[in-house]
Amino acid sequence: MLTSTSSVFTGLSWNPAHDVHELFTFPFMVHALAAGTIVAVMAGVVGWFMVLRRQTFAGHTLSVTAFTGASAAGLAGVPVLVGYFGVCGLGAVALAAAAGTRRALSSESAATGSIGALALALGFLFVSLYHGVLNGLDSLLFGTFLGITSGQVQVLLVVAAVAVALVAVAARPLLYASVDPDVARAAGVRVRLLGLAFLLVLGLSVAETSQITGALLVFALLVTPAATAQRLTTRPLFGVVLSVALALLVTWLGLALAYFSIYPVGFYITSLSFAVYVLARVLA
Amino acid sequence: MLAQEFMRNALIAGSVVGIACGLVGWFVVLRAQVFAGDALSHVAFTGALAAAAFGVDLKAGLFLATILGGVLMGALGDRTRADDVVIGTLFAWTLGLGVLFLSIFTTNGSGSGDNGAAGVRVLFGSIFGLSAADVRMSVILAAVAVVALAAMARPLLFASLDRSVAAAQGVPVRAVGLVFLGLVGLVAAQATQAVGALLLLGLLAAPAGAAHRLTTRPWAGVGLSALFALGSVWLGLSLAYVFPTLPPSTMVISAAVGIYAAAMTLPGLARLTRVKA
Repeated sequence: MLTSTSSVFTGLSWNPAHDVHELFTFPFMVHALAAGTIVAVMAGVVGWFMVLRRQTFAGHTLSVTAFTGASAAGLAGVPVLVGYFGVCGLGAVALAAAAGTRRALSSESAATGSIGALALALGFLFVSLYHGVLNGLDSLLFGTFLGITSGQVQVLLVVAAVAVALVAVAARPLLYASVDPDVARAAGVRVRLLGLAFLLVLGLSVAETSQITGALLVFALLVTPAATAQRLTTRPLFGVVLSVALALLVTWLGLALAYFSIYPVGFYITSLSFAVYVLARVLA
Repeated sequence: MLAQEFMRNALIAGSVVGIACGLVGWFVVLRAQVFAGDALSHVAFTGALAAAAFGVDLKAGLFLATILGGVLMGALGDRTRADDVVIGTLFAWTLGLGVLFLSIFTTNGSGSGDNGAAGVRVLFGSIFGLSAADVRMSVILAAVAVVALAAMARPLLFASLDRSVAAAQGVPVRAVGLVFLGLVGLVAAQATQAVGALLLLGLLAAPAGAAHRLTTRPWAGVGLSALFALGSVWLGLSLAYVFPTLPPSTMVISAAVGIYAAAMTLPGLARLTRVKA
């Protein structure tokens, strides 16, 4: 996909201003940067709570159900968006039911794994029943930042605004319930309801992000910047801001690097964020 | 059904993978490390793609990457609990590397024609396409994994159930945890090369989850878990044989998750009816 840009590709010059200007020359790149920015902000906010709640595995499982949703929509002939949101919503409810039983950690781990395996298996079934999708399987899993339309950017913006607004509204009780569920319950916070609501928002974000970054790479933006932020600071608000800033930084750098080289954007974003994480671990 | 050679190969390889996953899976679930197992199956995917990109033997890359990944997760992880954030972070990077290798592999043209197909095959496996040599290899590896597990079973159980008491008794809990994750890596690699990363997750989590639900006695649970895994493989493969349009890995996972769902609901229902009667 990136090779198609090579006809207009002029390479890096020694003038940074010129290079930055070139990044904004082509509409596909402007759309990619806009989409990347929206996704990074949303993933930074939602991811911070996900890491705080130790729901990384659930987040991963939801990204797998996004893949199932896309392939189910392909098979049923409904818009992909419907598949993403429908199946991710179902996945969130199933995960909340698994977590809500409040048994040992091990039982939740097994339940989440089983849900993920089933989702992956069904996704594979749908793909193999509907032979047409198979060519797009790579981009379903790994995504493409290129070829994003302005319509997609608008949808992305709306969904991200909804997700961030929901988290902002519930931020205080959610923080309470995440840090100390027992005390929060005693104080009258609806802990289980909040847990379900958070998983639904997480599913929404993952479903939305999957379309751009692919089901597997959502994870890089959800987990790593948030984990880095939580290593560097324990203050909630500052941590969320830091997490968003890091997500934005790696997204912009990753997109720029991918533009000027032949390797995929997913590799750059994941490697950059991992490098920042390692740096934070070593320093802090 | 048994007259077909591909079916015999699939059944033998599937059975040994099932037994290994069932046995190891019981401990994985006990230690709440299913996520680590899942991540390792993707590490296997990246390892295989790296080997493909550099033109090395696929299996060498797969095994090296997976066992190293297991040990690295154990080393970076928290002392007291399965650290899902560390796993997730490593996991994300591994996937990014996988994408890089996939793109090197496809742009080099060494995979001419079957571009993404290589990745898809690693991810979802093709249990009906195994050769006799593949089967022999998976039997040997499964045997190694089971023997290693049996050798460390007692200290592992002790360390998993009560870490601090085990440490006080002189069990090297950290080393046990590291070796165990390496072992999970070995099983993940073995299962991935035989049946794909997809089957691994299902066989690791679902049968063991069902066994934990049904009994708290360790050795009975381990046996039950292996039995469930074996049963799902047989049931799934038979279904896929009877209905050729259905992919075998999907059928095996569906069987395993079906058993898990039954184990989750049936004891509760039984109790409910007993109360009514």
